[in-house]
Amino acid sequence: MERETDKMKRADLKPFLYLLPAFVFLGIFMVYPLFDVLIYSLEEGYNSASQTFHGVGLYNYRYVLRDPYFLSALQNTFILVIITVPVSTGLSLLISLGLNSIQKFRDFLQTVFFLPYVTNTLAVGLVFMILFKKTPYSDGFVNLIIQFFGGRSVDFIEGPYWAKMTVICLYTIWIVMPFKILILTSALASVDPMLYKAAQIDGTSRLRMFFRITLPMISPMIFYLIITGFIGAFKAYSDVVAIFGVNLNAAGMNTIVGYIYDMLYGDSGGYPSFASAAALILFVIVLTITVINLMVSRRNSSSLKGGSYE
Amino acid sequence: MKIVLDNLTKRFPNRNRKIGGEVTAVDHFNVEIPDGELVGLLGPSGCGKSTVLNMICGLEKPTEGRVFFGEEDVTDLSPENRGVGMVFQSYALYPHMTVRENIRFPLENRKGKDRLSKEEMEEKVMEAAKLVQIDQLMDRKPAEMSGGQQQRVAIARALVKRPGVLLLDEPLSNLDARLRLATREEIRRIQTETGITTVFVTHDQEEAMSISDHIILMKEGVRHQVGKPQDVYDDPVNLFVAQFLGTPAINVFQGEVKNEELFIGKDRVLDVPGAGDGDVFVGIRPEGAALQADGPFALKLDHVEVLGRDTIVVASHPSFQGENVRLIIPSEQREEVSDTPRFVLKPRGVHLFDAKTQERIRYGKGNR
Repeated sequence: MERETDKMKRADLKPFLYLLPAFVFLGIFMVYPLFDVLIYSLEEGYNSASQTFHGVGLYNYRYVLRDPYFLSALQNTFILVIITVPVSTGLSLLISLGLNSIQKFRDFLQTVFFLPYVTNTLAVGLVFMILFKKTPYSDGFVNLIIQFFGGRSVDFIEGPYWAKMTVICLYTIWIVMPFKILILTSALASVDPMLYKAAQIDGTSRLRMFFRITLPMISPMIFYLIITGFIGAFKAYSDVVAIFGVNLNAAGMNTIVGYIYDMLYGDSGGYPSFASAAALILFVIVLTITVINLMVSRRNSSSLKGGSYE
Repeated sequence: MKIVLDNLTKRFPNRNRKIGGEVTAVDHFNVEIPDGELVGLLGPSGCGKSTVLNMICGLEKPTEGRVFFGEEDVTDLSPENRGVGMVFQSYALYPHMTVRENIRFPLENRKGKDRLSKEEMEEKVMEAAKLVQIDQLMDRKPAEMSGGQQQRVAIARALVKRPGVLLLDEPLSNLDARLRLATREEIRRIQTETGITTVFVTHDQEEAMSISDHIILMKEGVRHQVGKPQDVYDDPVNLFVAQFLGTPAINVFQGEVKNEELFIGKDRVLDVPGAGDGDVFVGIRPEGAALQADGPFALKLDHVEVLGRDTIVVASHPSFQGENVRLIIPSEQREEVSDTPRFVLKPRGVHLFDAKTQERIRYGKGNR
């Protein structure tokens, strides 16, 4: 008897043993830094050379929230998120619907649409440079098109704010779409075709089929893409660097992550306290939006599965 | 509504593109289904029966031939304009909608003056739900229901727009054995109450025989026989029909007719007046032979299966086509079964088929 309970106890512990390596690494690289960042962000007047600080308080947050560079980074990030997440998700849905309804060349086109996903961010940035950048030799491909239609050429890389924003939004949408298309095409393919046949016999219009059957059936996947899309867009940095280079503050195109990086290592670097405060502000923003998203999707998916029996 | 299928043919391009060409799923299929009947379309898997159903409802376009509902040619009408209700094998209920929303869905598709008010819709939905006895479960989702209940919802959804024709594709195949019996009676009851011309597809002969007014037997896209279940059982036109109907299945032996006498092996087993000389297949229904000590037909006993009311003699014979001969005898005769039981054949349960064409050879009076 005793032996048996011993065995059972050991069996209870076994899964934790398997999880231990992951726990250790998560602890070192996630939990500890999280608390460390929190501590850094509260240490006022921290000096990285002498590793001393004057006192504890919210001064770092106050500084960051008043820093015009941070505010512009915040604005840029929000614009990027608000434009790219809905547009890329919507476009991906349209393309997936198209892919799902064709027979010929489907595999080929699916591969084509997925290619940007395996392409290096910086390589894509280079192509965008060719498309948009003005050089002494050429105005860039897009400007040539604009001129062809009688428009005036625009400097997309070093010109007005809206032009730069357009480029970075296009770039981000281009980068994130392949993954969304992949997820959505498989979600669409997993909808039982019999449902459409049943709907067809009952005289359902195509539009109604889409809104009453397709959309509810794939809504969990759409919510997943929106949540991960939000998180990804808030963390934008490498995309901006790929197009505008490392001096983002000068270009006026900095993002929150870019601001954090600059505070740590950039020309204005050496301020881990400010960087930590900015990082925590970003963390709170992402957390809030994710929680809202989850709450909305819960409500939706519970209507999909159905509530209680009673 | 009467349904007439006139030379209905469906050819699909071959799935294996290297071979190319076409596969004929349904081949010049002719049948007339009278108004208000429950008809079972019966055949082995892959015989094209679902294709026939899809052509009736309009999901498939026939390659050749016409479909008539009553006097109207509906061949070129799209499914929604034919006024058919269909119940799919997988039920195809919308998983994100409640029972009420599922049943209401076909009504909500109507536009313009055909559109019903909310109250009228609700009334029709409840009427359909009551007919299939699921009016207590209106707010459940399909996932919260048993297979049998889901099917009732599917039937209610098909009936709510009062179609002229109800089509059911393998309606019982996803249910367990006990539920199957209850559900097939349920389908019969609903059909009788509504009087809607109903066609259902099945590969289960028992299912088809038990509830159909008429059964249509098909194989490899070809119609083999149409008739009342008992008539088709008693009077099959060919070996396929005879073998497909009945459990235990008909026992098929190789035999020969000489001078209007039937031989199986060396035994002269039956007089067959009117049958021409030649090789034949002899089909003996399990109930087509009686145990008799001096009977002409000897078998080698394997074992007996006790069913209570009846006993099945499981035996072998060198001329038998297949594993074991199965003949049913009354249980009180069980003690009389020896190691080499002998039987007399009853003409009513013994059918002869041409060895080449497998078509029925009729003889005498007892076998019509």
